[in-house]
Amino acid sequence: MSDIKKIKDDFLLKLKENLDLNQVNQIKTELFGKTGLISSQFKQLGKLAEDERKKFASDLNLVKNELENLITTKINDIETKEINKKLEKEKIDITLPERPFVQGKIHPVSQVIDEISSIFSEIGFSVEEGPDVENEYNNFTALNTPDNHPARDMHDTFYLDDAKELLLRTHTSPVQIRTMLNDKPPFKIIAPGRTYRSDSDQTHTPMFHQVEGLHIDKNINMGHLKGCLNYFIKEFFEVDKIKMRFRPSHFPFTEPSAEVDIGYEIKDGKIVIGEGDKWLEVLGCGMVHPNVLKNVKVNPDEFQGYAFGIGIDRLAMLKYGINDLRAFFDCDYRWLNHFGFDPIDVPTNYRGLSR
Amino acid sequence: MKITTAWLKDHLDTKLNENQIIDKLTDIGLEVEGVDSQSGELDEFLIAKILKAEKHPDADRLRVCDVDIGSGEPVKVVCGAPNAKEGLLTIYAPPGAVVPKSQMKLVVSKIRGVTSYGMLCSESELNLSNESDGITELLPEKYNKKVGENYFPKKNLNVIDISITPNRADCLGVRGIARDLAAAGVGILINQKEKKLDKKNKQTISVKIKNEKNQACISFGSCLIKGVKNTESPEWLKDKIISLGQKPISAIVDITNYVMFDLNRPLHAYDVDKIDKGIVVRNSKKGETFEALDNKEYELEDEMCVISDASGVLGLGGIIGGTKTGTELDTKNVLIESAYFSPRSIRKSSKILNIDTDAKFRFERGIDPLSIDQGLERAANLIQEICGGEVSEFDIQKIEDVKKKSLKFDPSLFEKITGFNINTKEMITILDNLGFEIKENKGLLDLVIPSWRPDISQEVDVVEELVRIKGYDQIKIIEPEKVRKKQTLNLEQKLFHFLQRSIASKGYFEAITWSFTDSKINQLFIENNKEIKIINPISSDLNVLRSSIFSNLIIHLNKNLGRGFKDLSLFEIGPIFLGSEPGEQQTVVCGLRSGKLARQSWLEKERLIDLFDVKSDVIKSLAEAGYNKDKLYIDDETPNYYHPGKSGRIFLNKAKEKVVAYFGDIHPSILKKLDIKTEALVGFEIFLDNLKHPKKSLKDQKTQYKYSDFQKSERDFAFVLDKSFKVQELIETISNVDKELIKSVKVFDVYEGTNIPEDKKSVALNVTIQSLEKTLTEDDLKKINQLIISAVESKTGAKIRS
Repeated sequence: MSDIKKIKDDFLLKLKENLDLNQVNQIKTELFGKTGLISSQFKQLGKLAEDERKKFASDLNLVKNELENLITTKINDIETKEINKKLEKEKIDITLPERPFVQGKIHPVSQVIDEISSIFSEIGFSVEEGPDVENEYNNFTALNTPDNHPARDMHDTFYLDDAKELLLRTHTSPVQIRTMLNDKPPFKIIAPGRTYRSDSDQTHTPMFHQVEGLHIDKNINMGHLKGCLNYFIKEFFEVDKIKMRFRPSHFPFTEPSAEVDIGYEIKDGKIVIGEGDKWLEVLGCGMVHPNVLKNVKVNPDEFQGYAFGIGIDRLAMLKYGINDLRAFFDCDYRWLNHFGFDPIDVPTNYRGLSR
Repeated sequence: MKITTAWLKDHLDTKLNENQIIDKLTDIGLEVEGVDSQSGELDEFLIAKILKAEKHPDADRLRVCDVDIGSGEPVKVVCGAPNAKEGLLTIYAPPGAVVPKSQMKLVVSKIRGVTSYGMLCSESELNLSNESDGITELLPEKYNKKVGENYFPKKNLNVIDISITPNRADCLGVRGIARDLAAAGVGILINQKEKKLDKKNKQTISVKIKNEKNQACISFGSCLIKGVKNTESPEWLKDKIISLGQKPISAIVDITNYVMFDLNRPLHAYDVDKIDKGIVVRNSKKGETFEALDNKEYELEDEMCVISDASGVLGLGGIIGGTKTGTELDTKNVLIESAYFSPRSIRKSSKILNIDTDAKFRFERGIDPLSIDQGLERAANLIQEICGGEVSEFDIQKIEDVKKKSLKFDPSLFEKITGFNINTKEMITILDNLGFEIKENKGLLDLVIPSWRPDISQEVDVVEELVRIKGYDQIKIIEPEKVRKKQTLNLEQKLFHFLQRSIASKGYFEAITWSFTDSKINQLFIENNKEIKIINPISSDLNVLRSSIFSNLIIHLNKNLGRGFKDLSLFEIGPIFLGSEPGEQQTVVCGLRSGKLARQSWLEKERLIDLFDVKSDVIKSLAEAGYNKDKLYIDDETPNYYHPGKSGRIFLNKAKEKVVAYFGDIHPSILKKLDIKTEALVGFEIFLDNLKHPKKSLKDQKTQYKYSDFQKSERDFAFVLDKSFKVQELIETISNVDKELIKSVKVFDVYEGTNIPEDKKSVALNVTIQSLEKTLTEDDLKKINQLIISAVESKTGAKIRS
């Protein structure tokens, strides 16, 4: 019995000292190794009388556990200390820059085309496209703009041949013609794309973007036209209310024709769309002219509907506060970075157009 | 078209103020583009009286005047006009005023030591006339009691600029605008009564319209006025002419202009004494010339409608008159022409000769063919009133009778088109006010269309008239239905949008450049394609449609290098043009990268961008778009704008049907030619139209899911083979040894140099082998190893490196 107590007292004392991992392991062997002190004590168990054995065993176990726990704790402490010491040495300046990465950009015009497609998709329009090079018939004549019509003066046209048969489309309206010639009504399409006019100054570029809209069915009237554009403008500018004005105008391919203004005001030097008492022209529209329908073999007594044309670049400028149209096509890396959109930022119906 | 409210009120009896009228104009489709309020500027010009005029102490020609401007204290003005004398009533402009002619803002200034406060104005400086010899002299009886008041009557001076759409010829005259406003309820159209002319004589100048093919002149009315005294126009007429931004010339010219702007009825006045015998209206012959009133000599083509006399062309009918028979201040006898010319002919001739006049602008849109008498009546009255003279009977020549058009209109069409209803009675009122003659006939309206409305020919045109006058704000909004019956985008469009964003996500900035470019640069990227010229380019460096996007992209890349950027990634997705017929175009994604990667990074070693970077971009994007990257086939035949040894092309399969993409270094000679200074320049082109749709679509069920939990093994091989041998084939050979077991083949080293013969290279590969069914034994692996080595050696002539 006294042996056990002695062992316990001796070793408790030893373990109190400042030991390193080796020394603790040394002690562990001294106690619990094959010939260790505690192990030896257990071997004596068999020599003891029945009545003594139980108590001896119990005392021995207590001591064994106490020392064992102490050693384990000691080892853990030392290990923790050592790891901490090592980690301390490994500390680096995490404010150093990250590994370089690249972030691409989508051009604002492309982003706005996707926004427009997304909005019109919701109300059942599908996207059609046509070639940039058009013939004179599709661009003008079929659209009720015969040769020698003064309305042709409104379009400064680029021609590809001396006979003026081939040209760069001056608007996206020829897509109407192609779509209706290739298919049967009803039609419900938008057609975004590049358009060209020989015009270049602060507010005009020889190439620009338009989106055409066409909805032909039985009984589509000007109320539907108003509703559609009202919906579009509200969704596009992501506002709840929009002040809109339809004004009579003239396009050879629609009758009646209208131009649409939206209300705006300037607040703190920035344009606010939808409110205010100033008007801004954003698009032209009207009911498709019966002559156009006849030209594409659609019976105007049975089918009617509306068409509209919107300047995409201008919408982008208004929505995103871009002042200079010419900069759209200058490819200045700084401008593209500033006004461009992250490619992951795909406009969708469910998530909303913009973040 | 410019109007003033005062002029409008000659035709319209209205209680509305100017702003209300402006709003209404826009509401009915006569869009007000701007209101030029000269009044603000002219407000400051005062009626003044010179109290004292003394010689300038230091300049003989200048006078120092004390001027009464009605403010009690006279102001000192230094004036150089010889007529500046005591007691003269004139017009004074204070400092701050802007002189209308020169647009100079006046300031207080010292003139040879004497301070001058403002200026005394000549008529020329105020744009009142050409009189510039002295300051304006106002009549004492009229202005004596008005010293200090504004000279310019305030309310008349707002000039309203209306944008008239090409269909509304009738609104190119003030009366037409007044008629529209009256119909819209703004007021009542005043019925103008002309004084009955005392036509004493016959019109003695012979006028003939030659009845020939394509004769553009349908009728020609004329009136001879003998013994006139042409003079300066009276104030009221000058005011009207000036308010339109035109210059008063003489009473006769001003009157013809006035009638044109007032009634949209162009006229022309001839000096009768300069006409050689009679007038013949005929088609020109190629080569005929004449000097027009713009002082230019024009050489005519065949079949232009000319007014001629026995000695030649006097003018181009409806477009411009000639100097030969122009009226002057000393003209004694005038012939007034009031004619109708066909719009097509006017437009054609004026286009060819590039002449734009107010008359041409009106005739090409369509003048009222029945306004010939009215125009003569009005002009003759005014000339007689202002210039005196004896008026002849009117001579009207015509080659065909003009009849008003008629139309049956079904009132129910209105609601069908506009979505709302107005009753027939209201329709009749509106149409009546617009000048239609209406008869109700079994629920339909029989309409006679006013002769001044060439734009109205169908029922739907009548609907427009009604809804325009009624107001577009009456149209009710019908909310759109949220139903989609057809997919928004087709497969090509989806691919377009997908590749656009896929390439951008690899760090490229999307550019949009013109579809046209500089032929000189396009030539570098054209290969064997046709050049497509623009006949009328906007500038000589944008004279062809682009054959490749590289042409514009490389120009802009270079500009950005010039801005100090080095590491650039630009791309564009858009059309290139292969021919000048519609549809001869292709959609291409084209990218350029320059400079280095990881430039000056503390973490990574920087390196030049190279073709394997763009190869990776292209293949990754194709993979993302659904094309199996392991099935792409690549060879090294590329267009001549790529580096011949460092570029490749990609096919979707070994059959090489259509090139899907090119990638590689841009040819160094192009960099040299375009003076592009960059460390490295690589590019790519992906041809969307050559991309067949992937066999598998996302909506299809995926292939059966198979995976193996058995141990996989990796084995390394190194082969020595001919330098020209393509690694692509080596990998294929190995993969084909056992498609089940060989999971991947990776190239981890390519070596040329010491220990390797000069015409050989060593390629080291890592092959992963795994079975779906069992753990492979050493024996199994050995077998495959042997198979790989023998297959490679026999098929490629390579040797395994020991």
